[in-house]
Amino acid sequence: MTVTKRMAAPAAGLAAFLALAGPVAAQSLGERVDSIFAASTGWFVNIIFANLPGTNIPWIVGWLVIGAVFFTLYFGFIQFRAFGHAIALVRGVYSNPKDAGEVSHFQALATALSGTVGLGNIAGVAVAVSIGGAGATFWMILAGLLGMASKFTECTLGVKYRNEYEDGTVSGGPMYYLKKGFAERGLPLGGFMAVMFSIFCVLGALGGGNMFQANQAASQVQSVLGIPTWITGLVLSVIVFVVIVGGIKSIARVTEKVVPFMGVGYVLVSLLIIFMNADLILWAFGEIFRGAFTDSGIVGGIVGAIIQGFRRAAFSNEAGIGSAAIAHSAVRTKEPITEGFVSLLEPFIDTVVICTMTALVIIITGQLLQDAETGRYILNEAGRIATASGATGGVPITSAAFGAVFGWAPYALSLAVFLFAFSTMITWSYYGMKSWTYMFGEGRKKEMTFKVIFCVFVFIGAVSSLDAVIDFSDAALFAMAVVNIIGLYFLMPIVKRELESYLGRLQSGEIRRYQA
Amino acid sequence: MPNVLVVGYDDSSAGQRALDFAAERARQTGATLVVAHVLEWSPYSFLTVEELAERHKRREAELTRAQQAIVEPVLGKLHKAGLEARGELRYGHIADTLIAIAVEVGASEIVIGRTGESGITARVFGSVAGTLAQAAPVPCTIVP
Repeated sequence: MTVTKRMAAPAAGLAAFLALAGPVAAQSLGERVDSIFAASTGWFVNIIFANLPGTNIPWIVGWLVIGAVFFTLYFGFIQFRAFGHAIALVRGVYSNPKDAGEVSHFQALATALSGTVGLGNIAGVAVAVSIGGAGATFWMILAGLLGMASKFTECTLGVKYRNEYEDGTVSGGPMYYLKKGFAERGLPLGGFMAVMFSIFCVLGALGGGNMFQANQAASQVQSVLGIPTWITGLVLSVIVFVVIVGGIKSIARVTEKVVPFMGVGYVLVSLLIIFMNADLILWAFGEIFRGAFTDSGIVGGIVGAIIQGFRRAAFSNEAGIGSAAIAHSAVRTKEPITEGFVSLLEPFIDTVVICTMTALVIIITGQLLQDAETGRYILNEAGRIATASGATGGVPITSAAFGAVFGWAPYALSLAVFLFAFSTMITWSYYGMKSWTYMFGEGRKKEMTFKVIFCVFVFIGAVSSLDAVIDFSDAALFAMAVVNIIGLYFLMPIVKRELESYLGRLQSGEIRRYQA
Repeated sequence: MPNVLVVGYDDSSAGQRALDFAAERARQTGATLVVAHVLEWSPYSFLTVEELAERHKRREAELTRAQQAIVEPVLGKLHKAGLEARGELRYGHIADTLIAIAVEVGASEIVIGRTGESGITARVFGSVAGTLAQAAPVPCTIVP
């Protein structure tokens, strides 16, 4: 079958959908999509974000944090013990030159990072500090550090229980370790949990990995360049369609190459802004600590800051959610645990470094308005902290913060947002498709169905309002974590065995270095 | 001690010139030829998730192709000409890998062809010939 034939039917379907959707007045369409969307997903969001009885703490936030704390203790603070070793692995110190040409640790890390470093780092952090104040940063960093242990656990299992097919390709991720790992330990329900995970992963791919990204990219492009969201949505969904359906790898490859440089550039510009205001650095950290442990006037007080910090950290670095295990499982290594070590760098880079940069820039440029006398935050009518620029929600706040120092920054940020969004979408389309084919079986038609749905959701995400999208995105991602972390609890003794065996052989010199 | 020559070979005209030169040299001195073909590869390049999953399969295919289309035909010709020769097929940075092979096999000389790259690319990234000339642990012949 030719490529054109294969693409013709779904392409026509998508074109018809977009032709119908495109010309309609953007506003009314956005509202309609939004109300349908909110109405159809509200119940799911409500379950996931239900508060613990008698408190105003969503149970799911506790779930993630308790998991991360537990893994941290169980593996004896592995994120600090193995940090140096992880860097040595990424540098290739322990890579056998004979394996050159296989996926390196660096490549797996870079690819997994390009899926996680995205709008969570730019928009999510802005949302966190604009609701939870500077103090949310502290809890976000703490969640990032703890999340390293969750990531370590899931990525080790991802490699250990992946499927290797005869043609040499691999498939891995939570659905495989839930099924095979549970069976190996003689535990029931592994297959059921694998399917549950897959369902949530498909939803997460459509939500956080797609709609949230499209939404933020479109609203940034609208606010900076004045292009209506439906046009950006249309453009994005066509490009994504071309890449994932048409197999135009070159676009994806270019993005994969550009995104890491954008990430580095983002950190450098942030550092520049921070050091230009060097006299405020101590004050900013003071604000972060003060807000973390005292009531700074935000809705919900300290608990509000904790929830925002933890929630945005989880959304940004995806630790405990299981997604990264899918990307990392492609590495061919004799030691699954090495991939776990490497992956623990991800929450560190993503949250502890990049997210903190965004937060510091927002705080240092004075975006969060405080009452001069009491030092408490001034809230707007929505219960969020009023910002110096008047911007509300995600990217606009970050954009205003950067724009306050460099006039060109909002334009550069628009490009970064667009590319981050795009690369995250490409990565998540793969995660979603792997889960989809896990449930429905491999095959062109089945893959095509998912890919077309995915592209339609790009458009829906772009024209919806932020709140409905953000809630659904979070809910779907966190639902993945519910299943995944249960699995991790049951399978962590296997990881511990691997860890002890590996550390023993590392010490005895059986695992050798190939470089100084 | 048997004399070993490492010749960097690919299916370009430069590779062919290097091979001809090295074969002639081997005939004169009775040296063994190691025909090295290096597939350019950096562990620090960026891949998409799909490429990660397919990498092993691709690698196998690339190795098989290079072995069958490049290394084996050359070895066949050399053997026919009565020369002692074997192949080395590796992934890596071309100059570094040639050096590594030379060290491993105890070569007395490395022979490569000059690709004639000058200009900006060679200045920024360096050329194989330039790197070898500076870093090779054994004498290095660059065939024009």
